[in-house]
Amino acid sequence: MAKLNLNRVDMPRQDPKVRAHNFDEVALGYSPEQAKEEATRCIQCPKRPCIAGCPVDIDIPEFIKAMSAGDLPEAARVLKDRNALPAICGRVCPQETQCEATCSIGKKGAPIAIGRLERFVADWERDNMPADSQSVTLPPPTGKRVAVVGSGPAGLSAAAEVARLGHDVTVFEALHVAGGVLMYGIPEFRLPKAIVQAEVEYVSSLGVKIELDSVVGKMMTTDELLNEEGYDAVFLGTGAGLPMFMNVPGENLNGVYSANEFLTRVNLMKAYLFPQYDTPVSVGKRVAVIGGGNVAMDSARCALRLGADKVYIIYRRSEEEMPARREEAENAQEEGIEFKLLTNPKQFLGNDQNWVVGMECYQMELGEPDDSGRRRPVVKEGSEFNIDVDVVIVALGTTPNPLIAATTPGLDTTRWGTVVVTDEATGRTVKDRVWAGGDIVTGAATVISAMGAGKRAAADIDAFLRG
Amino acid sequence: MYKILQKQDLVPHVHLFKIDAPRVAQKVQPGQFIVLRIDEEGERIPLTVAGWDREEGSVTVVVMEVGTTTHRLGMLSTGDTITDFVGPLGVPTHIDNYGTVVCVAGGFAIAVIRPIARALKAAGNRVISIMGARSKDLLFWEEELRQASSELIINTDDGSYGRHGLVTEPLKELLEQGGIDRVIAIGPSIMMKFCAKTSEPFGVNTGVSLNPIMVDGTGMCGCCRVSVNGVTKFACVDGPDFDGHQVDWDLLLARQRSYLDEEKLSFDQWRAKHGV
Repeated sequence: MAKLNLNRVDMPRQDPKVRAHNFDEVALGYSPEQAKEEATRCIQCPKRPCIAGCPVDIDIPEFIKAMSAGDLPEAARVLKDRNALPAICGRVCPQETQCEATCSIGKKGAPIAIGRLERFVADWERDNMPADSQSVTLPPPTGKRVAVVGSGPAGLSAAAEVARLGHDVTVFEALHVAGGVLMYGIPEFRLPKAIVQAEVEYVSSLGVKIELDSVVGKMMTTDELLNEEGYDAVFLGTGAGLPMFMNVPGENLNGVYSANEFLTRVNLMKAYLFPQYDTPVSVGKRVAVIGGGNVAMDSARCALRLGADKVYIIYRRSEEEMPARREEAENAQEEGIEFKLLTNPKQFLGNDQNWVVGMECYQMELGEPDDSGRRRPVVKEGSEFNIDVDVVIVALGTTPNPLIAATTPGLDTTRWGTVVVTDEATGRTVKDRVWAGGDIVTGAATVISAMGAGKRAAADIDAFLRG
Repeated sequence: MYKILQKQDLVPHVHLFKIDAPRVAQKVQPGQFIVLRIDEEGERIPLTVAGWDREEGSVTVVVMEVGTTTHRLGMLSTGDTITDFVGPLGVPTHIDNYGTVVCVAGGFAIAVIRPIARALKAAGNRVISIMGARSKDLLFWEEELRQASSELIINTDDGSYGRHGLVTEPLKELLEQGGIDRVIAIGPSIMMKFCAKTSEPFGVNTGVSLNPIMVDGTGMCGCCRVSVNGVTKFACVDGPDFDGHQVDWDLLLARQRSYLDEEKLSFDQWRAKHGV
């Protein structure tokens, strides 16, 4: 038996000094040689624990085996059999807490870089295989119609699965492009938009129709889809799109953004290309981003790329409790973003033009653990200090947009606005013929967990439609 | 793509667009708005609807040329298309039989107050409309608004037509005479602010339709935050109609100026490119 190779192949990345000034992708991906070398590290262990770590059950050892054998079309086929959006997942999944966390080699050394391999295969397929050769053989149409509300990760994965099972699927998307948070939220340098659109096109190639500019709850209701427009089932995957604010003084000053607004302007509306694109964004010279999650990191790194001199991450706990992926926090720090930890805003300060000019912050310290198991941040009395800023981005999380719940009688919602499902394994809501999955059910979570929920709901919708 | 079924120049720099949008036309109610985008590089702008034809499947908006997007719209013609037209958004104006309602429209808001006046009149109200503009050549739809109302008062700032002066003057007179149950004021923020200030001492509920900057228009971004009775609201989903006596007007006006420099840069560049 070959000796175990305990070190993974590094993936090339843009130099931090260079990438801090451009929107090109940070991680450059493996070369074919690097991919093959990494793939051959997989020992094809009999227990295959990596699969259990994957929310969409990709047959990971199988696609890696095909890579090692140099059969990339087969690797792509295995991947797409379980995952309609592999180029996206290979980039934004937190593999370190999922498939890679359970990898057998991880007990002795670095786990197989499954995410990087997934990305390589997906990119190779997109670049080398004509779209028509990728299309799967669809079963005969069942004549059943399914409406999917929202074209983010949950909706796209549900739509792809339901379509592959032979049903007629229409996706309704409120914005002018499909992709949801993949388009408006995650920045170009982490997830190029052309790649998102290529994967959306793959979903369309399965026969899925996508209706843009369609706000369900306004243009038509869930009940109208079911009772007047002839849909047999509805899947709600509208995500968690409502930004939370802090309710501290000064929050409505000019220059104070929600992360959703800032990122939507930059990513969806391409404000980084203003004035070629018409939507502007203010960046200023000194930017404070409030929060410690991936969205905070994305906002901070966008602000830096748009020309801010100084960008702070303001987080009320310590680095250990930060919810952002380790890799993204490190990327941000490498690029020069300064973390002000154990710090929390007391109020935002404005000038006579209503523009934010600074913020008054508290120093915090960690007390006893709270419900989440993390140590609760407590204000240090008398610790107030000021920071000069000209833009603030509030990245404290999002909750589901209430529109769907408010216009769909018979849905059950929690006090956080999330939709209740009777069983996580099926995504069934208490309302007949209505399923839900992704952030609308869980509150803000990951792309892959939403995709997993979409897939599970698709299987149950199929079972239901076949009676 | 959404086709422009009809473009009409109402007065210089103010244009009517009738857009082929059957889904929107089926559902739209007075006081709601749409968001449109001209093309791939365009911004998303909200416009309150001026009319619709459910059978034809069309929705009408009226646009005044102010910045880049509205000037670009002004250059489009019947038969052209725009990439996006989404709606109906926002909460419809609450229509009830209040008794006597004064509808005040400033500038090109004459277009959006017409469906509201018509609905109020149909609900049994006596509707007194006041339409105002800077001068006679900016007034349009006099007959249309007269028909939608029980009574019509016309004002121009320069006295070139109708009464001379601001719309707040006849509003004040009507309130002083008494018997007014509700005021609805739509137009530039500064005009709505002063209508609300005018009616406040009389304690007559005054609805206004706020027009902060928006991006998505569906509650996603919070760009359109306004303060009403000290509470932050999103105008796109909680409004656009609010109680004018409770609106923090200075905040609204300040936030509307957020991108003055960028708007100027964009417009200057557009003008240079098109030799306008």
